Amino acid sequence: MEIAHLCRMANQIGRFYAGQPDAAESRKAAATHLRRFWDPRMRRELVAHVEGGGAEDLDPFVREAVREHLEFLRPADTPAPASPAAGPR
Amino acid sequence: MTVVATGGGAGGAKASGCACGSAGGCGTDHGTPLRASGTMVALTVDGVAVQVPAGTSVMRAAVEAGRSVPKLCATDSLEPFGSCRLCLVEIEGRRGYPASCTTPVEPGMRVRTQSPKLAQLRRGVMELYISDHPLDCLTCAANGDCELQDMAGAVGLREVRYGYEGANHRTAVKDRSNPYFDFDPSKCIVCSRCVRACEEIQGTHALTISGRGFASVVSPGALESFLGSECVSCGACVQACPTATLMEKSVVEAGTPDRSVVTTCAYCGVGCAFEAEMKGNEVVRMTPYKDGKANHGHSCVKGRFAWGYTTHRDRITTPMIRRSIDEPWREVSWDEAIGYAAAEFKRIQAQHGRGAVGGISSSRCTNEETYLMQKFVRAAFGNNNIDTCARVCHSPTGFGLKATLGESAGTQDFDSIDHCDVIMVIGANPTDAHPVFGSRLKRRIRQGAKLIVVDPRGIDLVRTPHVAAAHHLALRPGTNVAIVNALAHVIVTEGLVQEAYVRERCEWASFEQWRDFVAHPDRSPEATASVTGVPAETVRGAARLYATGGNAAIYYGLGVTEHSQGSTMVMGIANLAMATGNVGRPGVGVNPLRGQNNVQGSCDMGSFPHELPGYRHILDGETRALFERTWNVTLDPEPGLRIPNMLDAALDGSFKGLYLEGEDIAQSDPNTEHVTAALRRMECIVVQDLFLNETAKFAHVFLPGSSFLEKDGTFTNAERRISRVRQAVPPVAGKADWEITVALAEAMGYPMPYRHPSEIMAEIAALTPTFHGVTYERIEAHGSLQWPVNDAAPEGTPIMHRDRFVRGLGKFMVTEFVATEERVTPRFPLLLTTGRILSQYNVGAQTRRTGNVVWHDEDRLEIHPHDAEERSIKDGDRVELRSRAGVTTLRAVVTERVQPGVVYTTFHHPESGANVITTDNSDWATNCPEYKVTAVQVMPVVSASAWQERFQAFTERQEGFLPGHDHQPA
Repeated sequence: MEIAHLCRMANQIGRFYAGQPDAAESRKAAATHLRRFWDPRMRRELVAHVEGGGAEDLDPFVREAVREHLEFLRPADTPAPASPAAGPR
Repeated sequence: MTVVATGGGAGGAKASGCACGSAGGCGTDHGTPLRASGTMVALTVDGVAVQVPAGTSVMRAAVEAGRSVPKLCATDSLEPFGSCRLCLVEIEGRRGYPASCTTPVEPGMRVRTQSPKLAQLRRGVMELYISDHPLDCLTCAANGDCELQDMAGAVGLREVRYGYEGANHRTAVKDRSNPYFDFDPSKCIVCSRCVRACEEIQGTHALTISGRGFASVVSPGALESFLGSECVSCGACVQACPTATLMEKSVVEAGTPDRSVVTTCAYCGVGCAFEAEMKGNEVVRMTPYKDGKANHGHSCVKGRFAWGYTTHRDRITTPMIRRSIDEPWREVSWDEAIGYAAAEFKRIQAQHGRGAVGGISSSRCTNEETYLMQKFVRAAFGNNNIDTCARVCHSPTGFGLKATLGESAGTQDFDSIDHCDVIMVIGANPTDAHPVFGSRLKRRIRQGAKLIVVDPRGIDLVRTPHVAAAHHLALRPGTNVAIVNALAHVIVTEGLVQEAYVRERCEWASFEQWRDFVAHPDRSPEATASVTGVPAETVRGAARLYATGGNAAIYYGLGVTEHSQGSTMVMGIANLAMATGNVGRPGVGVNPLRGQNNVQGSCDMGSFPHELPGYRHILDGETRALFERTWNVTLDPEPGLRIPNMLDAALDGSFKGLYLEGEDIAQSDPNTEHVTAALRRMECIVVQDLFLNETAKFAHVFLPGSSFLEKDGTFTNAERRISRVRQAVPPVAGKADWEITVALAEAMGYPMPYRHPSEIMAEIAALTPTFHGVTYERIEAHGSLQWPVNDAAPEGTPIMHRDRFVRGLGKFMVTEFVATEERVTPRFPLLLTTGRILSQYNVGAQTRRTGNVVWHDEDRLEIHPHDAEERSIKDGDRVELRSRAGVTTLRAVVTERVQPGVVYTTFHHPESGANVITTDNSDWATNCPEYKVTAVQVMPVVSASAWQERFQAFTERQEGFLPGHDHQPA
């Protein structure tokens, strides 16, 4: 997905948590928000973007939060396409 | 035997017996309203001993004693008036013949309802009425449903000695201007019930009695037509009229109905109960259900009258498919349509991965339908790409209230408003968008409660007959959080915090952090006035009133949620309520006014991509295991895509198939050109709806859905009230919506063997702790139930957080104001904000297909005279509205209702393109779009915008693709 848009959304999340009192807790809370509400493909792109080094378009708070919680945010390997989708076990 | 009138009592559907708890029986008109009193008064009526609450009328006591007194001007929805003189009684030891409606009971009273003298007097009264009344009963629309006719019979009137030739009103001319009801003054008996209904129930004060004595006539406005007056067509007058004077046109045409079904309105989040009155399978009229606990017998123009869309010729009643949106539709069987859709979804998943498809449900769907839809996506698609239209309205409410109070729902029932001393309305326009609740709010204000309005616009509540806001905080759009922090600053720094409440019920550490944050001088009303545009003294006055005025309640709407800081603002509101001790009892609370009928329900049912029914996160392994066992599948443990993410993923190429039920994202969602570009990229779009809506023009499969009149299920309104939707007529296209989803699931290889929606509810109840006690039988017995309904609260929960917050201790959240990225610049110097109008509903798919267009046949742009003059714009001129997202044109209304620098429009007509203008900026937590703030420029123009021309051409082409049209070559 368009990385600029993902960064913009991540920054908006960051600006809420950056305003919370405890900095370390806030970074964790921002990462938890991303983990709990972002689809894996969105997290994968964000993680790759931060790992890629650049990420100037991310606010320092968010960049730091993602760096600090990379493994927590990294989605497990994409499961192979299933057919039929899920089906009864 | 002594009859004891309890009043109120347990509710119930009509079929299951009386809901009024009185001896009079269900549907009985008790003549005067129920009085609440701890003191009971004992008396006898015709020798029958009866006990009634002090303040009750003799008339009502007589009904409780099983007697009835003739009456015309009295009805139990209105205060007694004492004008018709038909309800005279004799009271032992009293002189004369007092009117029983205006005489309160006294201990030991002995009342006689019938005697030769009373009979003579009543006949005399009726004789006078009838001497000036047309005697066309046999051909009258109210024949068989006329109280005058009934009373003439009841008093034994046999002749009219005066003749009919004297001065009379029989040639008075009908007013047929209203699209839904006629006013025939020749049949009027001037009982004033209509005038009083307009005043007491609706609160519009559109009607009056003009003239005196014999010249008295009912007058809309100053002797205007109904349509030309302030009348809002709520139907309260029609409901109250005892004769054929105010009569539904549908009854005039069809005759009186012969059966009825109690059901729940499918419009806004008030969730009014109605009786669908029918002949055969045709609805003749919808009348507000007196025992409905959300509306208590009141209605608005939409629910009461705007149901004609259900039989509109535009309804699509046969399934259709097509390979490409550049091809005509082909009508096919249900099996073929469902088989094609399932095959396409399977193909897409095989080629592009399990996550390449998803579903969107709607708050117009029942609980059972939305539950099935999310189950379908999670079990048959095997992913969590399910979202619902609450994404774009109240998702921040769920997030913000869960974080602070612990439950994603409003705290009160609607009846709570009768205990309010201070009412703060933030970003909501109840008299337009939640009219039946708006009427109750106005009534409470007339009784003396104080009102604070926080809204950029001068909504009606700010100043309307007999209602005026004590404070109107006319803030700049996008500065909500700055205002809520400024209100909090005053409460904290002026020592208005209810500290004992906070210490007992909230996390003290979180309170201290919040207190220190809001107390900072940067958050004071004085420091923020230049940002919010609200004078500091107004903010201080409002904060003092809210904190010290007694029971204070906040009611809010999409003007709170649809912002880049929507979730922050919801938390800010909860902070205010907790700090002032205003949660947990009648008359207070935090009350989101839900836009659509089942917003609460669709959220409850697990329609968001990150959570299962009952607001339990998909990451929670225990909950997932519970659902996996019941559904016999393995669930994807990762959150899915939200609607805006689905669209982004579609443009990215990783999302190719979408199943939509009742949702029209091509009109309702922001940045239309972005939405339609994404829709064009998808390979299989399945639309289940009543009409070829805007999204269906991009679809490959159309599955004809059913209207609320055609199905069984439940809706959950803004007060968490679960009410039954009962089938009045069979589904027009042959299948109820839940059956369509079941068929599609089976075609995908996942059987869902339900036989009736009640079985779906049984599954919901089994899996969801807050619904454990819900069954159709119990809803039937109680009329409706407010969740949580479980062992701890078997009768439901009208008011939440009574002794403790659902999360344990309430949590204060620090709410830093972050200005939206959507800023005014010299290129885009104005702020656009959007909203609804009374007569239309959301995207208008329903209301545009009713007589309601007479009030609002196009969306207009409101602009302040100062901004208009600067741009040489006159009232009625066509103007171009341009934002960073797009360009459209509308006609201007020059009005001081909006402040300088702000323009406003509605979004009910697709060709207006209001959402061509709105951007994809959204709430940080939930991606709820920022509909309420868009930087724009407005300029006069002469012709439609390029987008509008493309829209017009595309619409014509797509309509040409419908069967029965000659399609145009590609």
